[in-house]
Formats: sequence, C-alpha cells, structure tokens
Amino acid sequence: MMMDFQVVVLAGGTSKKLVPLVSKEVPKALLPVANRPVLSYVLELLEHSNLKDLIVVVEGQDAALRVGGWISGAYVDRLHVEVAAVPEDVGTAGALRAIAHHLTANDILVVSGDLVCDVSPGAVAAAHRRHGAAVTAMLCSVPVSGPLESGSSSGKDKTKKPGCCNIIGLDPTKQFLLYIATGPEIERDIRVQKSILRAVGQMEIRADLMDAHLYAFKRAVLQEVLDQKDAFQSLQQDVLPYLVRSQLRSELSLNGAPHTEENGHDKVVPGINQVMLSQLLAKTSTPSFHELYAMGPNGSAPVRRTHKCCVYIASQDKYCARLNSIQAFSDINRDVIGEASHLSGYSFSAQNNIIHPSAELGSKTTVGQNCMLGEGSQLGDKCSVKRSVIGRHCRIGSNVKVVNSVVMNHVTISDGCSIQGSVICSNAQLQERVVLKDCQVGAGFVVTSGSEYKGEFLAKKER
Amino acid sequence: MVQRKGSTRVSEDAEELVRVPLQAILLADSFAQKFRPITLERPKVLLPLVNVPMIDYTLAWLESAGIEEVFVFCCAHSKQVINYLENSHWVSLPHFEVTTIESHNSVSAGDALRLIYERHVIHGDFVLITGDTVSNMSLTQALQEHKDRRKKDNNAVMTMVIKRSKPSPITHQSRLGTDELFMAIDPHTKQLLYYEDKADHLKGTLSLEKMLLADNPSISLHNDKQDCYIDICSPEVLSIFTDNFDYQHLRRHFIKGLLVDDIMGYKIFTHEIHSNYAARIDNFRSYDTISKDIIQRWTYPLVPDVQFLGNCAAKLERQGMYRALDIGQSRSAQIGPFSIIGNGTNIGDNTKISNSVIGERCTIGSNVSIEGSYIWDNVTIEDGCVLKHAIVCNDVIMKSGAVLEPGVILSFKVVIGQEFVVPAYSKVSLLQQPTKQDSDEELEYADHNSGVEEIPSITSTVDKLNGVLTCKLPETEAWSTSEVGSGGVGYIWSICEGGHEEEWRHSVAPTPADKLTEVMQATDDDLELTTQGSNVLLPSGELVPDSNSNISEDDDNEDSRDDSVYFEKEVEATFLRAVHENVKEDHVILEVNSLRLSYNMTSADCAGALFYSVMKLALETPCNSNSELLKNVASVITRWQKLIKSYLQSMDEEIEVILKFEEMCLESAKEFSALFAQILHILYEKDILQEDAILKWASEKEGAEESDRVFVKQSEKFIQWLNEASEEED
Repeated sequence: MMMDFQVVVLAGGTSKKLVPLVSKEVPKALLPVANRPVLSYVLELLEHSNLKDLIVVVEGQDAALRVGGWISGAYVDRLHVEVAAVPEDVGTAGALRAIAHHLTANDILVVSGDLVCDVSPGAVAAAHRRHGAAVTAMLCSVPVSGPLESGSSSGKDKTKKPGCCNIIGLDPTKQFLLYIATGPEIERDIRVQKSILRAVGQMEIRADLMDAHLYAFKRAVLQEVLDQKDAFQSLQQDVLPYLVRSQLRSELSLNGAPHTEENGHDKVVPGINQVMLSQLLAKTSTPSFHELYAMGPNGSAPVRRTHKCCVYIASQDKYCARLNSIQAFSDINRDVIGEASHLSGYSFSAQNNIIHPSAELGSKTTVGQNCMLGEGSQLGDKCSVKRSVIGRHCRIGSNVKVVNSVVMNHVTISDGCSIQGSVICSNAQLQERVVLKDCQVGAGFVVTSGSEYKGEFLAKKER
Repeated sequence: MVQRKGSTRVSEDAEELVRVPLQAILLADSFAQKFRPITLERPKVLLPLVNVPMIDYTLAWLESAGIEEVFVFCCAHSKQVINYLENSHWVSLPHFEVTTIESHNSVSAGDALRLIYERHVIHGDFVLITGDTVSNMSLTQALQEHKDRRKKDNNAVMTMVIKRSKPSPITHQSRLGTDELFMAIDPHTKQLLYYEDKADHLKGTLSLEKMLLADNPSISLHNDKQDCYIDICSPEVLSIFTDNFDYQHLRRHFIKGLLVDDIMGYKIFTHEIHSNYAARIDNFRSYDTISKDIIQRWTYPLVPDVQFLGNCAAKLERQGMYRALDIGQSRSAQIGPFSIIGNGTNIGDNTKISNSVIGERCTIGSNVSIEGSYIWDNVTIEDGCVLKHAIVCNDVIMKSGAVLEPGVILSFKVVIGQEFVVPAYSKVSLLQQPTKQDSDEELEYADHNSGVEEIPSITSTVDKLNGVLTCKLPETEAWSTSEVGSGGVGYIWSICEGGHEEEWRHSVAPTPADKLTEVMQATDDDLELTTQGSNVLLPSGELVPDSNSNISEDDDNEDSRDDSVYFEKEVEATFLRAVHENVKEDHVILEVNSLRLSYNMTSADCAGALFYSVMKLALETPCNSNSELLKNVASVITRWQKLIKSYLQSMDEEIEVILKFEEMCLESAKEFSALFAQILHILYEKDILQEDAILKWASEKEGAEESDRVFVKQSEKFIQWLNEASEEED
C-alpha cells in the first residue's frame, strides 16, 4: 500500500527564526536534538513506516550539500534519499512547486523536516486513502512549553508565535477538516462559512490542536493548486486553507485524469473550463456530507463539485512537536531526553541519563536525571548538570552549573560559570564566571570572563 | 463572557425550605401576525390543532410536567381567551391553578414580562412558554440541571430547550418552516455562546469573537438544532427585562442582549431533548408539520384517541386513521391514511380524503377530493370541490365545484362561489386587508389598532352577511363577484410586496419541486457571487483574508456616516421640541442620552449635534444685520448654556464643538463665517469653551492647509490674547 506514496521532506534552510542557532555551517535540518540532527527523527520515523523513497528538499545550495553529505553518510544503505536544492525563501509551496516534476505517485506525503514525533505517518496515509481525500492533515495537541522556560518573557512570546497554534473546525466524527485558521488569522475573529456549517450541521471549533505539518495530498490536486495559484507560498497558510475553504465548491478537476490544458492559455481558459466542469458530475466514493451536499434536489446525480479535506488526529499520549523556534529547540531537547525519551533512540542508565562511556567527570560532579553527556566531553570538579544536553568533546571546567540548557559540540566552558535555560552553540567559548540566563550563544562566540547576561542573543556580527 | 465562578450564594437553601410551587408563564399571544387573516377574528392559541385548541396542548403538557401554577398572559383577543379558560375544565383541576393576566397595551413578550414582574407573582424558577407549543418532554431533568447550575453560579439565569432538527440544505428552513438557526454551544457546560436566528443570507460567513475560544477550549457550532421556545428561567429574567426596557423579543433582544453583554455576566444554557417532542407553531408550515406529528403519534400522549382534556375521543383505526364515534360516511367515500374525522361530520359518495383533518359537524358532499388539508368545524363543502393543502376555518361554505389550490387559507365564514378556483397561496377573509401592511415582526392586535377596518361587531356583521346571502338583498353587490366567484363572500388579501416570492416558505403546502430547483440554483449563484464578492478567494486564487474584513469595515463606515446624519437630525428634533414645548433641560439630556446609546455615538458627537442645533436655532431667529445675528447667538447660547455644557466633559468634546462650528461656517450656515471670531469669543466667555481647547485646536490646525486655516486666521488676535493670558498665568 505504501508503494503508491511518494514522500517529500521539507527540510528548510537556515531559518531566520532560529538565528543564532543556525548558521551556514549548521542549517536547520542539522540542529542537534539530543546530539543528533533533528532531520534524523523524521527520516527514522518514515523508515519505521517503511517509507524509504524520499525527496529531501533543502533551501539553498550550500545547505543542501551539507544535508546531503550527512544523509549519505548516516543512511547510505537504509534509505533511498534524493536531496533537492531550491532557492531560499520560496516558501513551502514554492519548494514543492520547484520539485513538482519529480512527483509521480498518486499520493504525496509532505513532511516538515523539523518534526519530532512518534505518530506513524502510515496511519495518516491510511486515513487519506480511506476517504479518498484531496488532502489529509495530521493534527496533534498543542505542545506544552516547559514550566521552567515559560516564566521567561522571551519564551512567552515565542509560544504565541503564529503557526504554533491553530483554530481548527472539525465535523462531529472528527474526520473532516472544516475550518482552519493559521498565522495572523488566529488573531482575528473566527469566520466560519455558513455553507459548510449547513452541509455538516454541526462543527466543533478547537483551539487546542496544532497542524503538525504532515500532509498527505492527492498528487493531481497538489499539482493543480500549485500550478494555478501561483501566489501561494505556504502549504500551511495558503494551500491548506484554500482547499478547506473551497471543499464544497471545488475548483479542482478531481477525476484524476491527466491534465490536458495547454500552458499557453493560463488564466482564462481554465476558468471557463472549471465553470463547465462544475456543472458536470463530481466523483463520489463513500457517503459523507460532501456527497450529500453535492446531490441534486431529489437525491439525483451530483450537481456540485466537492472534495474532501480530512484530518488524522494524533492521540493525546503521542509526542509531537516542531522545531520552529528557539523556544521549541529547548523544549524538544528537554523532552527528548525527558518525558519523550523513547524518541531519542538511546538507552538510558539507571539514573535516567545518558553519559557516553568516553566522557570524563571530575570529583563531586553530579549529572542529574534527564541529562545527556556526549562523546569525549570532560567535566571538571564540583560541577552540576541538570536537565541539560551536552554535546561531544566539550571542555567544562570546575564549579560549573548547567541547568535546562543545551550545549552543542566542542564548547569550552571555564570555571565558575553558571548556565541556565540557555543554548550554547558549537565552538563557543565561555570564560570564567560567566553567568547566562535564557541566552543563546552563537557558534564560535566568546563570552568574556565575568560577564552576566539575561535573555540575550550573543553571536558574532554577520560578516 | 466574564467567568464568575464562585459567586455562589448560600441563600437558596432557605428558598428550598419555603417550597415555592412550580410556576409557568404562558404567553397566549404570539406577538406576530403570521396567522393572519385568521387571527384577526380569533386568537392564535384558540385555533384548533387536530380539532383541539392549541392552548389545550400547552396546558395539558404543563399540567403533566408538574407545573402547579400557570399565569396565562392574554393580550390580543384577551376576552376570548379568558372566556375560553373560564369555561374549560382547566380552572377546576386540583393542584393546577390557572390565572389569567390581561393586558391591552403590551406589544411584545418583553412588555408582557415587565407587566408580570410588576405583579410580583413569580417567586422562583419558572417555565416560560407560548400558548402554541406542543410538547411531551419531561421537565424533571432540565429543571434539575437548571437548579444545579444556579447553585454553582447565580448568573445562570436561563435554560432553553433545544432539539435536533436539520434544516433543509436547499431552502435553509427547518421542517417547521422557521428560519435556520446558528448556535454556538460549549460542548461541556452546554452554555449558549452565540445565537443567530434571523440569518442574513447574504453573509456567507458566521463571525465568532475570538475571545470565545480564549475562555472555552472548544466550541460546538450548530446548524442542526431547533429552538423549542421552552425556557426555564430564574426570577431574574423578569427583572432583566424590566431593567432593559428596550428588550422586546425573547430571542432577538433578550438572548442576544445577554450574550453580548459581558458586564453583568448572565449566562444562558441549553438542554437538548432527544426522544421527546417539543415544537412551536410559528407559521402555517409548522401548523401542518405539527398536525401530522400529532396524527402520527410523535406527541403521545397528546394524541386524538387519548382523552387528555375535554376533547372527544376518536378511535384509531388502521393506517393512522382516526374517526369520531358519530360520523356519517357514505360507503363509497374513501378515507385515506393519516386523517381524522370529527364528530357529527357527514361525508358524501365517492369523496376521497387523505392526510387531512376534518373538524366537527362538517358537511362534505359527493365527489369531493380533500388532500393534506385542515377543515375546521361547521364547514360545508358542496359536491365536486377539490381541496389541496388548504386551511378552511369554521363556518366556511364552498359551493359546488370550487377549487382550492395549494396553500390557500379561508378564514371564518368565507363563502367560495361555484366552480371558483382560488389561486395558490391566497388568503381569504371577510375582513378587508389592513390598509397599512405591518411586517410580521409586529404584533397581532385586532382589538385595537393596526389599520384594520374593523366592523363594529364581527358576529353581527356576519349574521347580516348570511342574511344577505339568503335574501339576496341589494347589498350583495358589495361583494364583488370577481373576488371569490359568484355568490362568494370574502376578500382575497393581496400578498404584500415582495412577499409573494417567500409565501411558499411558510405555507401549509409542501414546497413545490420547481421552487426547490430554483432556490438551489439561486444559492449556487449566490455562492459564486459571494466567492467573488467577498473576496475570500480572488479569481486568481490569491488569498486575501484582509479584504473581506475591509469591505465590511467600509460598509460599517458608510453605516456610521448614515447613522451620524440620522443622529444629528434626531438630536435637532429633540432640541427643537425642547425649545417649543419648554421641556426641562434634564429631560432633554435624558432623551439625547438615549439617542446616543441607540445610535452608539460618543458624548463628543452629542456635544457637536447639540451645538449644531443651538446655532441653527440662532440662525433661524429673524435678524437684519450681523450684529443682530451676533446678539441672537449670544442670547441662545446663554439660554442653553447649561445643556451644552453638560456634554462638554473634556477637551475632546470642546474641540469637537469648534470643529463642528467650522464645518457649519463652511457648509450649512455660511452666515456665521464672518462672525467666527466673535462667536468663538462668546463661547469662551459663556464658559462653553475653555482656553485650552481653543489653543489646542489652533495648534492642531497649525500644519493644515491654507484653506483649512481660514478661521484660525480670523481668530488670530483672540488666540494670541489667550496665549498671552495663559503665559501670564504661568
């Protein structure tokens, strides 16, 4: 069954939202979550569902090279991955448009490369097939931001960032997507189309669900929308809302028949074509409110064209998060070595932490539970590490406190530092008695001794 | 809505100690005109529904639901209702007390409830219902839910009963012929969050405040529920009506008012019934639907063969056919399924009756065909008549061969001439159509008003008419033969403008198939129009979420512009009335305040409008020269100083006055333009304007265009003087 699905992983590029964590050297897809690139979580999730033919789309040539290099090293004999580079800032819809000629299967599974979850994509694909839907979106519960981080002001802003939260309308059976507000729209009043509400009779509006950015599309639908709506940039904010809004007056030629429209007539001809087609019969499958709505007054043959937008709602106990903000980066790192430790792929010690055998700990140094210490890292005496991830080959002096933080690779932390709720990128250097709270230190940055920072970005000036 | 949990009072325990009998308010007036012309002669609650007056169903239900005391509010035809009740067995039942409350000047449910509040008869939770409701639901659970909620939250003032009923996807009407209803309900607490019954069909979207989601993690939107118009209310409901004297309609004003108002935090909850029956007869379509439901026994035990009140028991036969014990039926007459024949009715040869209700003592000739019709008492239908989906009231005579097309209503004592064909959806009455056709929004008042050319006493007139018929007096000519055929008596009411299109929606007749196709086509067109018009999606498919709201904002702007014009006119009229009728200033202030609220204006608008009116008054006082005009202005301003002053709370309002004055000088009252500076000075001296306001105005105008600064220039000296004075003070 999986054979007919083609998988596209949108791995992004160097997202501006994640500066200073990302850089030319470390595109978003390679950001470490529990010491392995975030993209590996998606790839392994797909592998688990036996989806092994993948197209990984990366924004920017350099980033594509790096991601490609890493994938071919890590998954050489496990996955068949094609890495495609697209220009930067084309958006998710633009990225798909650019690789559309590679798509051949009947259905396309589009996954965001920053997804960290344990929901089977196969289940989404199955729901999609069962309904013959134009699009099926995976929804999950809104991730809870950690209690420790949520106190900080910067953290609060981020959890409210558009895209983190959606307003979603579902039918009573919770199978169909009737309304979705994303991005800036969620700040406005909720405007529900009466025609859809009439057809369904009852709609449940929820604010506690999130669009996980894992979609199954009918290829014909996806390509048609991308072709015709050339202003659409984002799958989440343009394509999906468009399909949801137009589900009862579909403008799609859904018969799955290959397109015969010449490219020369771009605007006018398809328009007329649609009007004519809309008078014709629409395709039917299992009875749903769509079909009932499509029918004529006497239950005769369908007179209206509809398409279905379905959802797959991940159950509450599944983990699902997207690494699309600095806050999320910290949250996910914390979760993967904490409550969602099954995702990390490591086996935890009796103390509920992971300390690489090659790591060295000084005397009276404690590493608490839900911590991770990477290969070859050294800690001096009387250090304390709580709920933090420390990468490979870090050198950490004595009397250092690391709480709720992520320390990437090759970081040097001198004696007497205190780090709380912060992210320290690779090759950064913290001199003596540095105190950081809720800060992000960019790659290779040097924090001079004795300085104290709170809630700041510390990074080298760009060029 | 403001959540006010914890505002619990402990006093209801005391309430329970002194047991209050369960009370109900029954409104025996629908405050609507949907049953005209029938209701011109008889109140709606006394109209027979399957041969029993509607009010009996309601009372029977109240009695069975354990209500102990019912207050029947009578307004239209109150005497008839009171007489009926006094002679009915309802007044003699033990543990069931029926009290009538009569009013002659209530025009709405709101007025009725205010009146009842003044009587101080309601002491606890009560059931609010209209006298045209048929139900068999049990109140126990709903009442208990209501009481439990009240214990936790004193603001939970009402529980309304709803039932699932999906409106037709094509006509957007429920099977009761009522408009579709959109509701938002909290799925957990069942709190009502949104209610839209008079849906604006042109608006393709439903707009919910985003704050709703902030308070409730999920909301259920419903288009598949029907409002049963059975409300369980706390006594506060009456006082809310009294506090908000502009609340008229139970739904449109009261419910919406409470939902919008987040200051008091009152909450309304819903109770959904599933297997029980509850429906209200709102129009002819619901009359038809509910009659069929009764015949098909959905309303058990309120069915014709159960003696739930003084009705004659009929015997249920096969296929839902009910026949009274004493009827005369020819052997060749065929009575089809789901019909009921009343006592003392005679049916001739080869007559066919199906899906119809025939009242008592009717005479039906031979070869008559009656389908889906409601024939009331003492009706004579001569040979060869054809009736389809019609309502025929008491004492009607249909001469041989007359035909009623679908949807016809024949009111009391109408006579249809021989072989006459009454066209579809006609309403025929002995009374002439009221000259001014009120919209159905308004009340059903035959007693008093509404332009009905009421004949002194209906009965005597009709008697006379009967006489006319038999004696063939010259007056026969008064009835034009063209209206209802030769020998016919009655006026065909013309369908009011634009109503014709919609007539089929509320008719007893089922919606014709071609209408359905037409409507469906129209909605499709609408859809396409709204798609393009509302710009949810541009033709290019571009997403323009903003433009939609922009358009509506533009509309709003236009509306508010119109509004402000109307508002100014109203204020001016109020003011002039004050001038001419010597109304006290306090009263003027009251009136202007209420205008301000109803037009949703700011106090700056009031100040501007009042000032405008005052100046206009000064202008209209005859004068010969500028100096005289100035004098007039001074005197008028002195006279009304206090009034204007009361709206000048802050500098903003004063600046608004200056701007208004400028506008007048430029547009409506150019006479003042030469005197601008002097009048400004007067206003300053009379304390209407403070120097700060004038200076601010001048400084605001600093950067304006030359043409916009004419008056600043004119008053330059004065402003300079003010400036110096204020500097000195400093």
